[in-house]
Amino acid sequence: MSTATTTPPALLGKSGLVFLAVVLGAAVLVPLLNLLTAPDSALHVPTYVVSLLGKYLTYALLALSVDLIWGYVGILSLGQGAFFALGGYAMGMYLMRQIGPRGVYGDPVLPDFMVFLNWKELPWFWYGFDMFPFAALMVVLAPGILALVFGWFAFRSRVTGVYLSIITQAMTFALLLAFFRNDMGFGGNNGLTDFKDILGFNIQADGTRLTLFVLSAVALALGYVLCRFLVRSHFGKVLIAIRDAETRVRFTGYRAENYKVVAFVVSAMLAGVAGALYVPQVGIINPSEFSPANSIEIIVWVAVGGRGTLIGAALGAVLVNYAKTYFTSGMLAPYWLFMLGGLFVAVTLFLPKGIVGTFYDWRSRRSPAPADLEPADLAPADLAPPDKALPEPKPAE
Amino acid sequence: MSAADTLEPDVPETNDPVLAIAKKDLTEALLYLDGVTVTFDGFRALNALSFTVDPGEMRAIIGPNGAGKTTMMDVITGKTRPDKGDVFFAGGTTDLTKLDETQIATLGIGRKFQKPTVFEMHTVIDNLRLALKGQRGALANIFKRETAAEREKIDEIFQTIKLNEHRDRLGGALSHGQKQWLEIGMLLAQDPKLLLVDEPVAGMTDAETAQTAELLREINANGHSVVVVEHDMTFVRDLGVRVMCLHEGSVLAEGTLDQVSANERVIEVYLGR
Repeated sequence: MSTATTTPPALLGKSGLVFLAVVLGAAVLVPLLNLLTAPDSALHVPTYVVSLLGKYLTYALLALSVDLIWGYVGILSLGQGAFFALGGYAMGMYLMRQIGPRGVYGDPVLPDFMVFLNWKELPWFWYGFDMFPFAALMVVLAPGILALVFGWFAFRSRVTGVYLSIITQAMTFALLLAFFRNDMGFGGNNGLTDFKDILGFNIQADGTRLTLFVLSAVALALGYVLCRFLVRSHFGKVLIAIRDAETRVRFTGYRAENYKVVAFVVSAMLAGVAGALYVPQVGIINPSEFSPANSIEIIVWVAVGGRGTLIGAALGAVLVNYAKTYFTSGMLAPYWLFMLGGLFVAVTLFLPKGIVGTFYDWRSRRSPAPADLEPADLAPADLAPPDKALPEPKPAE
Repeated sequence: MSAADTLEPDVPETNDPVLAIAKKDLTEALLYLDGVTVTFDGFRALNALSFTVDPGEMRAIIGPNGAGKTTMMDVITGKTRPDKGDVFFAGGTTDLTKLDETQIATLGIGRKFQKPTVFEMHTVIDNLRLALKGQRGALANIFKRETAAEREKIDEIFQTIKLNEHRDRLGGALSHGQKQWLEIGMLLAQDPKLLLVDEPVAGMTDAETAQTAELLREINANGHSVVVVEHDMTFVRDLGVRVMCLHEGSVLAEGTLDQVSANERVIEVYLGR
């Protein structure tokens, strides 16, 4: 335990600035290396790699959203993928409406899968998605409202710890089953795909792909600044206090459940934005995004990078997904899930604070007063949520 | 524990001045408990407990393990709902049995737990900032800035709890005694009308115990009512206040420490011969 600095720390510490520089630097450098170098140059970044990196950045934003609630409030959500998928579906619906008469069946309004199902008119919940601003609003509203309703009931009933994790898992599984059904009107098993253009730009074009990459980087940077601002505010201090001693917080006069709901909703909205940027870059959204395994994978990213550090979550997402791309494209592909599971076990045992948390520890041991690290940023070493800080008093005495 | 059934529901011998319960008028009392009964799986943790605390009073509560001291605090702070009985606050204006922990804390009842409970990953000063009376809304606190008055108040509390040189250390890095003081400081920051303090000197050295007694007297002198639960008789003597002995969920004796410790029943069940 080191002593903290006495001067009020700036919004972004040194590591925060480095992080932003890297993300925004990539946003400039990667498109330049794509456009200005010859295709056979060693420095050339092919467009498919740009999209792959863009996908990693949306995962990083998703991991950031998990870290906000897991690292700072102790809410271990195993259903964050649901919010990501909802944001993705909102974007996918917009992209479907943009196809217009260019679909296989040539119907000017109905997406192909509806014509195939013999539907005669557009379901009411598809209205408005032909307008981008409406779809963009839904990208944050749909996950946000689900998180508000879910969080309101769960947190008001004081569901915490493992039980909360299980019901978040159940939530995403229920959505998975629902979206699989054809009559839900979201394309069933196949989901939404065959997108043509976005805001009038061809979605396959190199320029669009580069733009989406840059937007993903900007969204990650803004998401980081927002999360950082939140966790450094008085609101954020209450969140950390809830993580460490929820009962104390209640007896201090704070409505812990309200704080949790607000954090949960913000987190869900960030996940929704990540999903919306993900879909046009991978070209498809289907119910498998709701699968519980996906949500658990996000937890692994955050644990690897360092829970309660924000930067670590983003770093973990990129590293693990790079490893996934690397290993699943070779002969080791059948063993990837074993490696992922092994990674999680290894991190929990040997690197409980993750990469960034361990780095912060190492740095604060070297210099006793780190310039920017708030001690509260580091979650307790155990990966399980500290759901009961106070032992329940015995019935009498 | 099995003797719970055989104990008479209320305290007898009202002609005995030591055993007489100070049942004040509801409207005068800061805290008013009447006939409060709490049962856990057939075990009566509180058995028709009745007492009152006056505004500005400091009261010490002693009693053997299982006497219901912590349950009494749980009832007052809204953690446990009584099966029977009335709990009123501030001259009978507020029925505490209808409110939850957060509402009761906001009303002005602060509680220190038996095990010191501070926010371990926050600095000492942040612990006080979090406890400081003021805005509690989630959205409003996103943009909250510390005012000069708040800074002043925190400095004042640091003077009282004497942890000034530790203000930037983590709460979790403090010693046991310092954590107890920090928690008392957090209570002060809440500026409650009534402080409930559960075993504040458990695990403290003699010097720390004496300092804690002084601290609580100072807090009481500044107009806060205090209810202290404690086993340490030296400490209770240091406090020099009215003492109440609980046994099997009701008041066994009440009066000065000397009166209570001379009481036959108290000697029998608690102090030992």
